[in-house]
Amino acid sequence: MAIAESADTVAPERSAPQKRPLRLFRNLSSKIALIPMIATAVIVFMGGTIWTVVYSFTSSGLLPRLNWVGLDQYERLWGTTKWIISIQNLALYGICSLVLTLVIGFVLAAMLDRKIRFEDAFRTIFLYPFALSFIVTGLVWQWILNPDYGVQGVVRSLGWESFTFNPLNNPDIVMFGLLIAGLWQGTGLIMCIMLAGLRGIDDDIWKASRVDGIPVWKTYTRIIIPMMRPVFVTAIVLIASGIIKLYDLVVAQTSGGPGISSEVPAKYVMQSMFGGQNLGQGFAASTMMLLSVVIILVPWALLEFGGRKRG
Amino acid sequence: MKLTTKLLAATAIVSATSAGAVDLEVMHWWTSGGEAAAVQEFATAVNENTEHNWIDGAIAGGGDVARPVMVSRIIGGDPPAAFQFNHGLQAQELIEAGLILDLTDVAEEQGWEDIVNPPSLLDACTYEGRVYCAPVNIHSWQWMWLSNAAFEEAGLEVPETWTEFVEDAPALREAGIVPLAMGGQAWQQNGSFGVMAVALAGLDNLLAVNRDKDASVVRGEAYGQVFQAYADAREMAEGLDVQDWNQATNAVITGEAAAQIMGDWAQGEFAVAGMTAGEDYSCLPGLGEIAILDTGGDAFYFPVTGDPEIEAAQKEMAALMLSPEVQVAFNSVKGSLPIRGDVDLTTVNDCTQKGLDLLANGDTMPSGNQLLSPDTTNQLNDLMTEFWNTPSMTAEDAQERYAQIIEQAS
Repeated sequence: MAIAESADTVAPERSAPQKRPLRLFRNLSSKIALIPMIATAVIVFMGGTIWTVVYSFTSSGLLPRLNWVGLDQYERLWGTTKWIISIQNLALYGICSLVLTLVIGFVLAAMLDRKIRFEDAFRTIFLYPFALSFIVTGLVWQWILNPDYGVQGVVRSLGWESFTFNPLNNPDIVMFGLLIAGLWQGTGLIMCIMLAGLRGIDDDIWKASRVDGIPVWKTYTRIIIPMMRPVFVTAIVLIASGIIKLYDLVVAQTSGGPGISSEVPAKYVMQSMFGGQNLGQGFAASTMMLLSVVIILVPWALLEFGGRKRG
Repeated sequence: MKLTTKLLAATAIVSATSAGAVDLEVMHWWTSGGEAAAVQEFATAVNENTEHNWIDGAIAGGGDVARPVMVSRIIGGDPPAAFQFNHGLQAQELIEAGLILDLTDVAEEQGWEDIVNPPSLLDACTYEGRVYCAPVNIHSWQWMWLSNAAFEEAGLEVPETWTEFVEDAPALREAGIVPLAMGGQAWQQNGSFGVMAVALAGLDNLLAVNRDKDASVVRGEAYGQVFQAYADAREMAEGLDVQDWNQATNAVITGEAAAQIMGDWAQGEFAVAGMTAGEDYSCLPGLGEIAILDTGGDAFYFPVTGDPEIEAAQKEMAALMLSPEVQVAFNSVKGSLPIRGDVDLTTVNDCTQKGLDLLANGDTMPSGNQLLSPDTTNQLNDLMTEFWNTPSMTAEDAQERYAQIIEQAS
């Protein structure tokens, strides 16, 4: 703080009255205060990213080494069934998770917003899973979905002998077993964000729509949701970052099984870097992950944030 | 647990250079009940027989979790005094980078060349003629464990070979017993395939593939039969959904499944369940088809610290770990075989005795970790688990892709 304050007093002296103040020195104190964060971002994030991309063109094993192999790591990556399946799984999980989290989160929030009784209790119950780590969530749902002790076992013991619900051991639907656990954990937070957004809507709008005789559902879809655009953007960013880094839930719940049917890219990266002691392969895979994020995120961010500045 | 005077004298020579007590942090991933008790034997030995202190640095979650932590500590300049690795190719890069302490003088002084049996264990620790690790135990993969009760229930004799077992499979099915228990993890499925390969295709073919990386052998007839047998095994394992190897072992213990292909660490589970070898369960080394065991296992590596005091203490500890008393104490608890042929374990059952006999006869082969790089092992794990869990994938597909991985392997 001392630096920031002294900088504050220095700044006006430099910008002599007759000259126009340099753009660089405007808000100098806040810029100086930001230097550590900028340095961290540039050196740690950008530096780390560039380093990773550079080393993805090498044959690094357990230790990083600069033995150039060109695009070999990428050729191998795209020739690996496990990687292709990982991408497909992430796409499936991502789309379902994004849509369902938003829908369920918003519906729960809207219901809580109808001034129901015990709202605090419900809010706590819905948010509670978010306090657990993904590892715990994964293990809990592994047991719940276990055919002998979980849902299937309970229903069968009630008399429905032919009842079959065994997603974690069926390669075709295992991703939905993961999705259930992911939704259980993630929707609570989105619900709270949505609820905060709904509480920010002026009561007068509700009154006005009631006076005009607009049905409640139409008020939500035509008026409230468009007004909550920034809240939705926040929610989507949170959900999307959770999807990309999906790893610990898979490790705890299925370890990628049965077979390789629930593998995800982040797990592929970890597995090749540390299980296979092949850093180059892991770096190539993480570079591809970064690339896909950039391709999707940059145009969207430009539209969302760049557009508003102009308008 | 007193050391022989001979060993005391030997360690005294080593410790003569050491000026005082040192804290030795030892990193390992032995955290399950039996494993932790076995590590405690090492800790006690170090604390009682030397003036140094054993600082336990256990990392839960197995080797894949622990290895990156160890490697980053070593590269980051804050190495532990010692760490556990599966010896073989895993540590080679660390040795090449000059990060691992050369133990050759300890090995020569203690005569490791004469006492370590089989010698391939010491070879796995040796890089360009220098010794870099201290092997502490032997684990081998080539075992099949059978539930006597399950075969009795199906009205069958306990089979003596894999071929007999395959013939028994339909009868077991009829009796409502899953013939083969297999966990859902990739390493179990690839490991079992390796066992079947050596049992059904023979040692020469296995070495041609794993050591000489000869892909034409994989595409050959002998390996073709192994893939076919493996596809049959896939059918035999249907109906049991378990993940961990010990859950699969448990299915054999309860008689829900008839047999499991798993390394000798499975025997600890039978012991915990209070079962007796020969009466309640049987074991077939080499699936009964071939008399051979691989000699994988664990070893301790000692990072270079640059501090002569710590270095002396590290060497002292290395010598201690291979001493007869510590070997007996550790391996009796861990359920593994000792790395020296001149000691007797306190408790030896039928199955352990079979293993010891094979070791004494020299019927051994190098383990997968010693022949294949972790990268190749990882690729094969992925392939075999995909094959195992994709009923539509044919043995020929798997064979061809296996051959491609071997071709790429270095």
